[in-house]
Order: sequence, then C-alpha cells, then structure tokens
Amino acid sequence: MARHVAVIRFPGTNCEFDVVEAVTAEGATAEIVFHDATSLGAADAVVVAGGFAHGDYLRPGAIARFSPVMEAVAAFAADGGPVVGICNGFQVLTEAHLLPGALQKNAGLKFRCGMVDLRVDSSDSVLTSGAAEGQLLRIPINHFEGNYTCSPGTLAELRDQDRVVLRYVDNPNGSVDDIAGICNEGRNVVGLMPHPERAISELLGSDDGRVLLRSFLAA
Amino acid sequence: MVDPDAGTALPDSTPSDTAPPDDTHRALGLTDDEYGRICGILGRHPNHLELAMYSVMWSEHCSYKSSRIHLRRFPTEAPWVLVGPGEGAGVVDVGDGIAAALRIESHNHPSAIEPYQGAATGVGGILRDIFSMGARPIAVMDPLRFGPLDEARARWVAEGVVSGISGYGNSVGVPTVGGETVFDETYADNPLVNVLCLGVMPTERLVLGRAEGVGNLAVLLGSTTGRDGIGGVSVLASAGFSDDETDADKRPSVQVGDPYEEKRLIEACLELLDRDLAVGVQDLGGAGITCATSETAAKGGAGMDVLVDAVPLRQPGMEPFEVMTSESQERMLAIVTPERLDEVLAIAERWEVRATVIGTVTGSGRLRVVDAAGEALADVPAKSLEEDAPLYDRPRAEPADLAARRADRAVALPAPADCGADLLDMLCDTSWVWSQYDHMLFLNTVEGPGGDAAVLRLKHPTTGADTGRGLALTTDGNHLWCAVDPRSGSAMTVAESVMNLAVVGARPLAMVNCMNFGNPEHPEVMWQFSESVDGLTDALRAFEVPCIGGNVSLYNESRGRDIDPTPIIGVLGVVDRLDHRPPGVRLVDGGRLLLVGATVAELDGSLWAARRGHRGRGSLPTVDLGAVAATAGVVRELVASGLVQGAHDVAQGGVGLALAEMAVASGVGFTAARIPDHAHLFSESAGRAVLCVGADQVRPVLDVLEAHGVPHSRIGAAAGDRMVVKDLFDVSLSEAVAAYRDRLPGALGAGTTQG
Repeated sequence: MARHVAVIRFPGTNCEFDVVEAVTAEGATAEIVFHDATSLGAADAVVVAGGFAHGDYLRPGAIARFSPVMEAVAAFAADGGPVVGICNGFQVLTEAHLLPGALQKNAGLKFRCGMVDLRVDSSDSVLTSGAAEGQLLRIPINHFEGNYTCSPGTLAELRDQDRVVLRYVDNPNGSVDDIAGICNEGRNVVGLMPHPERAISELLGSDDGRVLLRSFLAA
Repeated sequence: MVDPDAGTALPDSTPSDTAPPDDTHRALGLTDDEYGRICGILGRHPNHLELAMYSVMWSEHCSYKSSRIHLRRFPTEAPWVLVGPGEGAGVVDVGDGIAAALRIESHNHPSAIEPYQGAATGVGGILRDIFSMGARPIAVMDPLRFGPLDEARARWVAEGVVSGISGYGNSVGVPTVGGETVFDETYADNPLVNVLCLGVMPTERLVLGRAEGVGNLAVLLGSTTGRDGIGGVSVLASAGFSDDETDADKRPSVQVGDPYEEKRLIEACLELLDRDLAVGVQDLGGAGITCATSETAAKGGAGMDVLVDAVPLRQPGMEPFEVMTSESQERMLAIVTPERLDEVLAIAERWEVRATVIGTVTGSGRLRVVDAAGEALADVPAKSLEEDAPLYDRPRAEPADLAARRADRAVALPAPADCGADLLDMLCDTSWVWSQYDHMLFLNTVEGPGGDAAVLRLKHPTTGADTGRGLALTTDGNHLWCAVDPRSGSAMTVAESVMNLAVVGARPLAMVNCMNFGNPEHPEVMWQFSESVDGLTDALRAFEVPCIGGNVSLYNESRGRDIDPTPIIGVLGVVDRLDHRPPGVRLVDGGRLLLVGATVAELDGSLWAARRGHRGRGSLPTVDLGAVAATAGVVRELVASGLVQGAHDVAQGGVGLALAEMAVASGVGFTAARIPDHAHLFSESAGRAVLCVGADQVRPVLDVLEAHGVPHSRIGAAAGDRMVVKDLFDVSLSEAVAAYRDRLPGALGAGTTQG
C-alpha cells in the first residue's frame, strides 16, 4: 500500500488540492511538491495533477517538462515507482516522453467539462489493477486538449501490448481508438485525461474514481 | 511643488475663476461643473495629471455618482453580515469559522467591443475583488444576455464571451458553477456580461484594503503597466454606444487578460495573507493605480506618495497620467511594513510574480505622485478622489404613456392555436455554454450549472474539514418583467431567487446585485432605476435578506435606445444539512406532480406574450411577498426532508415550461390536467414550484402543505414518452428533447463532435 503520495504542483496547476483530498480520503498521506524541487522525498507514489502548468503557454506540458521536479519524477518512474498523470499531468508526461503520443485540441475545438462513461480495457496497470476489464466507470473530463494521437506504429504497439487501459464509451474529443488512458511498458506510469479524483462520492455525482485511486495506492 | 505651468493657482475662489481653460476635461468625461468642483477642492486649477486622475475616479463607473443616492435605500444589515457594501466584496459569516465573500460586476461594454477579452478580464477583475479580501475564490457564475440568436453579430458576441470565460476561468482555476444565458432583441447592440464570484476564508483572516502606518510601503504585485485600458472606466464604461466606427475606436480601451499571471497572483497574495505579511491588500481594477492608492490611503485615514517612475512599464515613453490611469490587468497593491518587505518579495519571487515598491504611506492625507527627482507631479487630498465625487439626483420621470401601456393587457391576445408549438419554441438547453466551463474543480459541486441553483459543499478553506453543510448560489434577472414594471419586476426577481434556493433546500443569506440600466441622463431610465431599487428593497425586507454589495452599470444604450431595465441579482444561501443531492430539475417515472403556490391567469411581462410582440405593456401584480416566503419555506422543508424526487421553480414560461424542462432533462414524459387555458399554462405568477413526488409520499407531502396553508394543486403524473396537458397540448417527448438540445448548437456551432 502506497501510503505517501507526492502531488506535483507547477505554477498554474489547479487540481493539486483535489488530488490530496481524494487520496487522503482513501487513507493515504499526501504532500504537494513544488516544481522547483529536485527530490520527491519519502513519496512512494506520484501524481502529476491537472491544471494549466505554466499557463499551458506554447503547448500544454511543453514548459513543465523542463521543471527540475520532472527529473526526479523520471528517475522515480525508471525505478518502477507508480506515477499517474491526470489531464494536464498526462500532457506533461507525454511531453516528458514518459508516455508516448500527444494530446491535441478536441475535435470540436471547444473546451469540454462533463461526466463521461469509460471502459476499463486493461486491468494490468498501477491505476486499473483493482478494476475488472470491461467494467464501466462514470468519471468527469475537463479539457481542451484531450484528443490523444500517436503514430500508427505506436498505436499498434499500445494495442499489442495491451497498454490502452481506459477507453471512452462515447468519444468526446476525437481521440484515436477512443483512448482515454494509457500506460508505459513497465505499466507503472499511467496517463489519463478523465479526473478520477473528481469522482469520489455520490454527492458529487459518482464515486467510480475510487476504484482507480485505490488500485494506485495499493500499487 | 506642483508644476506651476499646468496647475495655475486661483487668484481667489470666485466661480468665474474656475472656468476651464480648454476642453481637456470634457474629452476626459468631466463636465464644466465637475471641473469647478476640482478647483474648489484644490484651491487652484488642476494640472493635466490631476485632471486625468479625477476624471477616472469621478467617472460613473467608479463613483456611482448617479446611483449612490438611491443605493442607500437597500437594507444592508443582519447579524451575519461581516462586511456590507462599499468594500471589494460583501462578506458574511457562514458558520464553523468560515466567512464567505460575494461580489458581482458587469463587463458589458468591453464585451460588446471585444467579446473574448471583455469577458475574460471581467472574470479576472471579480476574482481580484474576492482574494483582495483574503478569500480564496471557489466559484464563479455568469449571467449573460445577448441579442437574438438569428443575428450574426449577437452570435459572434455570444461565442466570444463564452470562449473568453472558458479560456480565462478554466485556466485560472476557479470553477464556473452556473449563470444564465438569455437571447433578446433588447441586447442586440449592448450585451450584458455580468460575473459573480464567491470566495471563502477563515473568519479571522478578513482583510480590508487599508493603508495604515506611516512609513509602510505600497508594493505593486503582478503585471507590468501598459497603455491598455487607459480611461476604460470613463471612456468605455460611462458612455453609451453610437455607431460602429466610433465603437471601433474604443477598442484600445479594452484590456487584455492573462489567466496564468492571475493564477500566480492569487497564490502569492493568499500566501502573503496566510503568513500575515500584509497590512492591507487592494486590487487594481477600474482607474488602476490612482484608485488603488487613493482608496487604500483614504480608508486608512492616511496619505500616500506614489513613485510613478518606479512602476514597471510594458512599453517605454508612457506619460505619468497613463501610468496612473492604466487598467492593465492582473495587478494588486499590498501595503506592507518595511521589516517584512524581504519576506514579501521572496514569496513573490517563488510564484514568479513581479513585486515593486511604488509608494510610501504618509500622514499627510494627500495622494502625491512623485517622480524620480522627488518632484510632485500631482498633489491632491486622497479622500477627495472618492468621497468628494459629485452626487447627482438626476431627474426621474415615469414614461409619458405609462397609463396607456398599463391598460394594454396580454390576456386580451388571441389564444394560441397550438400551445405545444409555443412551448417547444421556449425550450433551450444551455449546456452548450456551460459544458465549456470547468464547473467541478475543488470537489465542491453537488449541483452544477443547468439546475435552479448551484449547490456546493462547504469545506473549511484552510483545514479542508467538511462541515456537512452546503452553500447555494443563484443569479436571476428578468428584463421582460422589469420593462412592464421595474418595481414589481425587481421584487419578483428576488422572489424567483428565493424559490430557486428553496428547490435545492437552501435558505437565503445575502444578496448582491448588478443594476444594468440605460442612460441615466434619460429621466425615464432614472425612474426605472429608482423603482427597481424600491422593488428590490421591498423584497429583501420581506425575505430578511441583506444586500451586501453591488455594481451599477449605466449607459447600456446603443444608437439612442436604452436596454430594458435589467437588475441581475445573485443570492447566496445555506443548505443546513447536505447529506443527499437535491432532487433537481427532473421527473421520475410514476411520480405525482404538484404545483405549489397560487397561479393567476396573467400574461403581462411573460415570455409567451413577448414572443407575440407584447412587451413592456400591461401591468404586473403586486407580489404577495409574505405568501412567497411561506411557500418557499415549505418547499425548502420538503426538499430537505427528502420527500421530493424532482423540484423546479416556476418562472419564465410558466408551469408549462417548468414541466417541459423537467421532462426533457430526465427523459420522462407527463400527463397533466387542471390547467384550464394558455393563460394559466404560461402565467408567470411569482412564488411557485413544481414538485415530483413518489406515489407513496404524496400524502405526507400534502399534509405538510396543508398544515402550512400553502396553496397547491395535484396536476398529474410523470410517465410515458409524451408531454400532455389535457385540452391544451400533446407533444412527443423526443421532439421536445430535440428542440431543447439542438437550439444552441444549431445556432452557435455543434461544439465537440461525437464519436
């Protein structure tokens, strides 16, 4: 059980407090690690939280990948530590080449916020290990650049290696192959556009995100 | 010493000696009398810099010179009010050691000229009002009004405004949890873009914009100062529009927003306040540095020397008057003691926020603008910029044809051939707008946009502890009612807000208002304004809700035509036990339908009548505010007790539209009766709600209604795939869903493609 979570905060990140609240509710402890940190301290799991790191200027994640903390995140991931990038965090992880592909503007050229249905397509990752393959989850999205794209070769690799962990039931943004979340080859780094931390109680409309957070904290 | 060439001393104080030397003051928006008033204050002629400072501070936008005399009538006191009108935001105690700050503003004219930036900077400005009080902004709402959807310019403005709110609000990291979207011909050339913000703070951290302590330093935080937005408050916000060519010339008066700068500014300022490093904090909005420095100095009973050459500039060659009146966005002024300056600068550096000492608090009571050589370029009493602003009791006159208009009643219009078709025309799903806004950030949003009121979990802002209670927010306005009768229409608007809160189980706590009216120099507009203030006041007293702040937007006119009077109100409520989601605008299959509150067959001011060209005519009933309060109280109790499956306030479009909205939102049809004719179907009598109640709960609900003597009728049941009101209409639900869902995407573009 991962008990201490480092939540990465760049200037412009805005979901860091939500992630802290969500993982704390699952029994973990959490600390916010600022982008200029060179160490993750005693963390045994890392969340790159959503928002608009460095204002998303130039391109989402394009500046954040050069922040000192990302070297520590890369080293942590290389050692097999569990890392999840949510929304902007996913964009940062692709820019940092910890995950393949890129997130481009939504097909409708509009920002979209709302609840969507996801299907768990692989339970072989740090984020989905506790969920059943084929399980449907209601989890919100909140993005302008959530339209996942990659080369045909990468797509074939993702499919062959069962690395598409989450797909949209009704594609909201034009993502190739309905991809909502993927993992790396080591299956310890996951990026997804939907926000599991926003689906932690019926009061908020869904608690389907908890199965993902619990998997992650158990990794 | 002030520049003797520009500021010649008056030989004596006879009126003829205060005659303006030229037309400069008029170009800046000041009248001859106002010029004379400045001479009286200074005992000499103002120089150009001083004139520029007075012109922005005495603009209608900053000084409320036409409206202050009326605004005094609002009830502003209640035991839970911590800060009333007159500060950056109103603040109320919401219990558990938490204070809530609330503010509403308009950004109408900038949005008419440059929709994206106008709306974006409106969001930025209201956020600064909230965090300058020490509160973290947790929710924004946007009541929006545009011209008709079939006009290209109105669509362009609507798309730009929504994109601007989305682009700025999402990025700055404050959820937009609701608002309104109205399309109407009265706003064709003058859209209304109002924005409300709610913030929370630990009660003990309340900060006021005060410059106290001689020798303390004024630190400017945030963006550089540029030529954008010079005279925005005087040139743009305090005059109407004439023709397209002149309006284009006003474009440089609109500022450009940078949400990333604002986000860092929020975090830096909140950290300063967390660590108790600032004596006072003030946002820079309209009238820029002039306003922030003079207001903090005046409120602290102090003076200030502003080092104009120290202000970091965006471009070279800016004149002192430009620096002092620029409305460049994302700037704040912090008053700090010299001992804590280094700590303040360190926090700013961590957040990559520029921080510069631009002034010193003095004991002189004067606002002096000083250049690098120590020369005073301006020297005026700090208080005079705000407190000595002119106060006008402008002439008021009811419309000459009022009696004739009141006699023209909409019930006399021919009955519709097909009520169903009229109803379909009214359905409009606004999710095209709010799906572009992050409405979920901070994990508070229990009921988001699309309902009658937003409901947010109330967590302690520093400990994060869940109080188990909730805050509810609604914004409402109805220009059709107010065009018929600004007094009754305004009272009905408050009644609607109270009912919107009741259907989500909340009791009202405080109100803020944004008074959007036409040209105050037109006596009819000032009559509307005064009547509206009276109507709001009557209703606030009846509901025991204090007004804790407001904003006045005048000169909403174009080509000589004033908009319909449009007071927009925002009401904050509390949900005492937030242990389940509110029932929401929906029907549940098999549920029984109850119409609560009394319906009168009246159509004046209604949406139905307006669609037939009958607007601004007839007369509104005097609202029985006591009856509305009683009905709202019972509805709130029923919702809180969990006896209700669906609940929707009845307002525009009457019970017909309320039922239809509940049906299309849930995909469940209904069959209703006991609505005898179109006048009852589309009547907008105040203080009503439709409840959907499970069959086995009908008796207990009726018992409660009867015990309180609240009028009600059982009107039918929810089921099936048709919407039926016996003898009036029978429409397929799928047809209604299509009309509802497709109206905005059809007009404004489909948004994100599916699949």
